[in-house]
Order: sequence, then structure tokens, then C-alpha cells
Amino acid sequence: MRLFDILGPIMVGPSSSHTAGAVRIGLTARKLLGEAPVHADISLHGSFALTGHGHGTDCALIAGLLGMQPDDLRIPNSYALAEQEGLSFTFSTVQIRNAHPNTARLQLTGASGRTLDVVAESIGGGRIRVSSIDGIEANFSGEHNTLIVHNQDTPGHVAAVTSALMQRHVNIATMQLFRNAQGGYAVMILECDQPIPTDIEQWLSHIDGIQKITIFNQEDPS
Amino acid sequence: MSFSSIASMLEAAKSADKPLYTVVCEDDCQENNYTEEASHRQIQTLWEAMQQSSKQYCASDRSNSGFIGGDAEKLRLAAQAGALIGGTYLLRVIEEALKVAECNACMKRIVAAPTAGSCGVLPAVLLPLTEEKQLDTEVILQALYIAAGFGQITAIRANVAGAEGGCQAEIGTASAMAAAALTHCMGGTAEQCAHAFAMSLGNLLGLICDPVAGLVEIPCVKRNVVGAVNAVSAANMALAGITSHIPADEVIDTMGEVGDTLPASLRETGLGGLAATPTGKKITEQVLHHEQSL
Repeated sequence: MRLFDILGPIMVGPSSSHTAGAVRIGLTARKLLGEAPVHADISLHGSFALTGHGHGTDCALIAGLLGMQPDDLRIPNSYALAEQEGLSFTFSTVQIRNAHPNTARLQLTGASGRTLDVVAESIGGGRIRVSSIDGIEANFSGEHNTLIVHNQDTPGHVAAVTSALMQRHVNIATMQLFRNAQGGYAVMILECDQPIPTDIEQWLSHIDGIQKITIFNQEDPS
Repeated sequence: MSFSSIASMLEAAKSADKPLYTVVCEDDCQENNYTEEASHRQIQTLWEAMQQSSKQYCASDRSNSGFIGGDAEKLRLAAQAGALIGGTYLLRVIEEALKVAECNACMKRIVAAPTAGSCGVLPAVLLPLTEEKQLDTEVILQALYIAAGFGQITAIRANVAGAEGGCQAEIGTASAMAAAALTHCMGGTAEQCAHAFAMSLGNLLGLICDPVAGLVEIPCVKRNVVGAVNAVSAANMALAGITSHIPADEVIDTMGEVGDTLPASLRETGLGGLAATPTGKKITEQVLHHEQSL
């Protein structure tokens, strides 16, 4: 519990879960994609689908995809801005089994052709949880300095990543490993106490089998 | 926050011989590795955003559903015409609560305190106070730290989400935080702030969360008024030396327990309370029809 969680965030209304949380989901998905998206297929589940329009959930998600923060006054006009910036999108309603009532699935295509399929939940107070990346189970909030590594599931990658962090004096707070199959596609999510130096991206990208690196650093204080 | 009770937070301030707001600020900085300068900048930014959330009010704005907008202006005009009772400060509190809550429903920028649905309460008691009294901004910022300290303990011991604890958790907590802030601004002691907090929260126990069509509109906007006026009453009682017979920590625990026993229909599902009235259902149908036609 942080002081500025109870007093704050500064946000565009009307709902911290349906609006601010939805912006964060869009923004987090954009960061995970690693570039500006040019197309998004968005599916809404539960309360997001039922009361989404009245709460501006749809324009909030698009605003996040365009890189806006939850306090951006342009959020209500995000549809028009998306057109200007060349982001096309579709919305549909979906039933996801055992999903949180405020869940969105975003299937994105970036300018370079890169794709991402992410499922995220808005868990209240504007906070979110990413529950799936490219079909692989995940669990992180985006509230901490986070390093995400996509790699082939072969020995040595965890050691390479953790020793790279150790050399940079970055302490790991939590660490999660997910994979679709033994020897298949794996995702490593490390939440850290210190900001993650950006040079780690170049360093790790030279290692065989590491496919994608994403760094989220927090602003101070948020 | 490292404190798990209001009693221990007050005790820490007493034993360190520091003001309560300093203890709250230092604790947060230590827990989250912020500098005190960064924390002060952020609390200043929040106060400016609260002021702005009132200034941006536009009487012709309407929410997406079309049900919210224009009420704060009606109140202001009637007060100006001398048609209302309650004195200048109280009428301004009601007006500001409506203003900020209406702005929230109309997708303007607000400060969640503790939630977006209850964003009108804290600015409603503080903004008119700065018109009424010659207050140093520093005192307002101190009051915001105090409000945040009490709010954090409420979130830790109980919860501040309507979906979990009903409206008592949102408007109730906002009201209690505002009562403590107001007591500080009026020169009350840390103990008086705690009494104001306890009386304010205690008076709203059991308040249900029953949004029509599931939207943060009906009755949420007007409940901000209830929270703000209740905060003024509780702060006045505390400043007069009236104490809460039940300590603040026990009131918080009770709020959490009452929330647990509320049926799901009264916890932000839009299935009970005012949402389930014949008119509430009719509005819900209208809103859903509007959704499907988009």
C-alpha cells in the first residue's frame, strides 16, 4: 500500500477500474509490443463488455494503445486520434472462462509486423494484472520495474538473465517462469527493486535463444 | 505503509515528537524509496489537480448516458438567489461535491481519493475552506498527508472498493479522510483528527453500493454530497471536543466486517438497492439499448 495509491491516481473519470485501469491495460500492451500498434482486435469480457461504453472503457483502451496515460484529457477523443495516427481497431464481446469481471484481450499488430496477444484484468483502483502473453499464462502488475524475456525453453537462460542483473546491482523482488511446452516457448518475468539499466537489452539479445526483451521502469513517485 | 493501526500511527508521532503528517510522509518515503522532495512535489501536484478538477466544471457537459450534468450549477444559482439554507461554507461544500463528481461522470480529470467514484468528497470540504479562511497551502498539503495516512490504514484493515465493501468503503472512507483533513486545517490535534475520522466512518456504516446500470452516476454523484456534509459534521464535533466512543481502528474493522456480510447485490453489481427499483431497471434498459446501438 503506497500513499499515492490511496490519494490518486490523477485520472480521467468516471471509474478507476473501467477507465483508468483500461488505459493502463492499453498502455501496458503497447509497451509489451515494443512499438506503436497499427491494428488492434479487442475483445471485452464481463463488466467491461456490459458497462464498458458508459464508462468509456473502449476509448480508454484505445488511448492506452496510443501511448496516453490515465490522466490524459484526450482520452474521450481517442477514436479520432487513432484514425490520425493510423491505428485501426475492432471491438467484440467475448466470454472467457474463469476470467476476472473486468478483462480485455488485445491482439495487436505493430508497425514492423510484430504481433502480440495479451489478456489483462483491471483489478480495482486503476491497478491491473496481465494474465496472459501470447497464450502463455502470466501474472504481473506493471507497478514495479519489470524485465520480461521471451526465450526458447533451453538450459541457461535464467542464469544468464539473473547474472546480468546481478552485475548491474539490480535486486530481484519476484520472478516467474512460464512456458507453453517443454523445450518450447518460454516467458520470464522479473520484478525488480531498482530501475533496470537499458543496456541489458542489447547484452541479452546476443544470447542464442532469447527472442524478445521488454523493460518497464517506473517513474518516481507514481 | 508500515503502520497497521491508527493507534500505532498516532503513537509513533507522539513518541518521535513529530507532527502526524511528517510521520505519514516519512513512512511512505521509506517504504517506497522516494525522497521527501519527490513526495512533496507529488502531493502538491495532487492538490493542484483537485483545484483543477473543480475549475474545469462546465454546466452543459453530460455523461455518456446523458443522466449526469448541470446539478452543481443549479445549486450554485439557487444559493446565489438566497433560496437555500445552511450558510455559505456548507452550501459551497455541497456545490463542490456535485461539481467534481459530475466532472468525473463526464470524463474530466479528477483525483481518485480514495476512488474515482468518491473523488468529490475531499475537494468539497477543502476548496471552500481556502475561500473562507486565510490558509497557508502548506496546511492543506499537511491535511492531505493526514487524510492519506488514515485512508491507507482503512485499505489495509478493511477495503476501499465498492465491489468489496459497498459504498461505505468508498464514500465512507472518503468522508472519514475528509473529516480528518478538515480537523487538521482547523487546528485540531492528531487525536481530534482520529475522532473526526471515527465518527465520520461510523455514521456511514452499512451504506450500500447500488449503481444504476452499473455506472458511476446514479446515486454515486449525490452520495459525494452526503460524504462531504457528513465530514463537516464529524470535524465540527471533534473540534468541539466531542469524542468517538468507539476507537477509529475498531470502526474500520467494523466497516470491513459489515462489507463482508453485505449481499453481492449491494456491492457494485447493479442488481440491488436503487438499481433494482422499477425506475432503476428502466434506466438500465435504456443504457443497454444505447450500448447495443453503437
